[in-house]
Amino acid sequence: MSRTRGSLLTGLLWTAPWWLGFLLWLALPLGLSLYISFCDYPLLRPPVFVGAKNYTDLAADPLFARVIANTFLYALLAIPLGTVVAVLLAILLNQPVRGQSIYRACIFVPTIVPLVAVAVVWMWLLNPEFGLVNSALALVGLPGPLWLESPRWAMLALVFVSLWLVGSPVVIYLAGLQDIPLTLYEAARIDGASPLRQFWHVTLPGLSPVILFNVIIGVIASWQVFALPYVMWRTQRGPGNSVYFYTMYLYDNAFQFLKMGYASAMAWVQFLIILALTGLVFRLSRRHVHYRGS
Amino acid sequence: MRTRTALLTHVLLVAVAAAFVLPLVWMVCVSLKPPGEVLANPPRFLPRQPEVDAYREVFRSEHFDFLLYARNTLLIAVLSLVGMLLSSAIAAYGFARMNFPGRRLLFGICLATMMIPFPVIMVPTYMIFKELGWIGTFLPLWVPAWFGSAFNIFLLRQFFRGIPIELEEAARIDGCSQWGCFWRIILPLSKPALAVVALFHTLAVWNDLVGPLIYLAHQEQFTLALGLQFLQSKSGDTPWNQLMAAATLIVLPVIVLFLLAQRTFIRGIATTGIKG
Repeated sequence: MSRTRGSLLTGLLWTAPWWLGFLLWLALPLGLSLYISFCDYPLLRPPVFVGAKNYTDLAADPLFARVIANTFLYALLAIPLGTVVAVLLAILLNQPVRGQSIYRACIFVPTIVPLVAVAVVWMWLLNPEFGLVNSALALVGLPGPLWLESPRWAMLALVFVSLWLVGSPVVIYLAGLQDIPLTLYEAARIDGASPLRQFWHVTLPGLSPVILFNVIIGVIASWQVFALPYVMWRTQRGPGNSVYFYTMYLYDNAFQFLKMGYASAMAWVQFLIILALTGLVFRLSRRHVHYRGS
Repeated sequence: MRTRTALLTHVLLVAVAAAFVLPLVWMVCVSLKPPGEVLANPPRFLPRQPEVDAYREVFRSEHFDFLLYARNTLLIAVLSLVGMLLSSAIAAYGFARMNFPGRRLLFGICLATMMIPFPVIMVPTYMIFKELGWIGTFLPLWVPAWFGSAFNIFLLRQFFRGIPIELEEAARIDGCSQWGCFWRIILPLSKPALAVVALFHTLAVWNDLVGPLIYLAHQEQFTLALGLQFLQSKSGDTPWNQLMAAATLIVLPVIVLFLLAQRTFIRGIATTGIKG
């Protein structure tokens, strides 16, 4: 008995940095924001309890509906496209040819570039007049769009840039590919499976847990998109609010309009949406994800 | 047949790699152009006559103090890195080696917190820091690091559990304390994992925009990322070759770090992805 209590004390002492931090920087803020989300709190005056007003206001706020729609649209474009591109790149980078480490480094390098710098570089690359992208399109005879200034193309421009930053999932898929036992491919070959069928019946099932991991990360990340559009469309949040995302509206409510209660309500809605979406991804994937050994 | 496939693979790889690297090469090229050449239509890729005037201007600009911002960024990085490594390692050791009631529950909560994105707690943490009088100081940017991060604790715990416990048992018999085991056996053996944590943490600080944007108030406190954002927001009067020069100055250290620690990078991402 005394031994258990002693070890409980040592255990709590060793793990103290984590649980102290958890209480201070996570549990306390979460509780605080739940309370504030039921208050009118313009930061400079003390909070006043207003019940569910912030939440009912959110439900009636057209801009709130707009940022949710934008965020979903971005996720629906960027996650599937990113997954396809990353898996294809990983397969390409897994081929046994010389110089692979250099090619891998090239694909990975953009992901470590500060997002502010990414934004600055792509703003100029996508400049309709002086940018490289449209002059490359002109070379093959295609008319270049206005990209960042066009309500229709702004979102696609952002998805395009997100594909440039696909390096981390590529590295994860690469490790996943190398984890698939070669014997499976040999067996498939003996059974006369073409490379395409091998991809479909060996590679994809083998990668499916890693794909699930990356999709979940992607879902969570899509609800946090901030730095890139914040820098690329500084004031107008994109033409016709076309690249105005959830986190940006939250940030604006909190730090531009000083509506802390409203922003806190947004934060809690965001939290619940992410939880629901992650649960959904798990549910949908149960049938298609194959864990080896089970 | 086989050589033709290999050739095709090579061509594809070169094309793809070039596409990924070109934007960064273009950034450097624009930074070496005179203003007139930047606004050429159609654009030329390489500068006709490379010149460093844009860099000279950026160093003189009142909107961008590279050396000061670099000093600020490094200060925050070092202060938070020491705390992050120490606290994450200590907590990870607790989770890896202590057998106490409630450990599984606590560790489960620790893992679950990884799912909570920063924007969700952005507003209340700001209010807490405001109560503490920390807004407009570096404190919000490094003090929380001294409480570890769930992700790093998880990563280090996995690594610690891979170290044979017999080493510590032998040391305990020889009279080594638990702390001694941690400090003299576990930490020295965990250099590869600690390097991954240190690398990704430093990178995160270097690249972070949201934290400095919310918590810092004065231009003398800006970090490099925030400084570049500020310079860009003044782009009405900042020519693009200067913006690209500033961007190059911020990106270059990261690239050098990557070239020096490429293996650590790749190992870090691969392990976290697979084991996660």
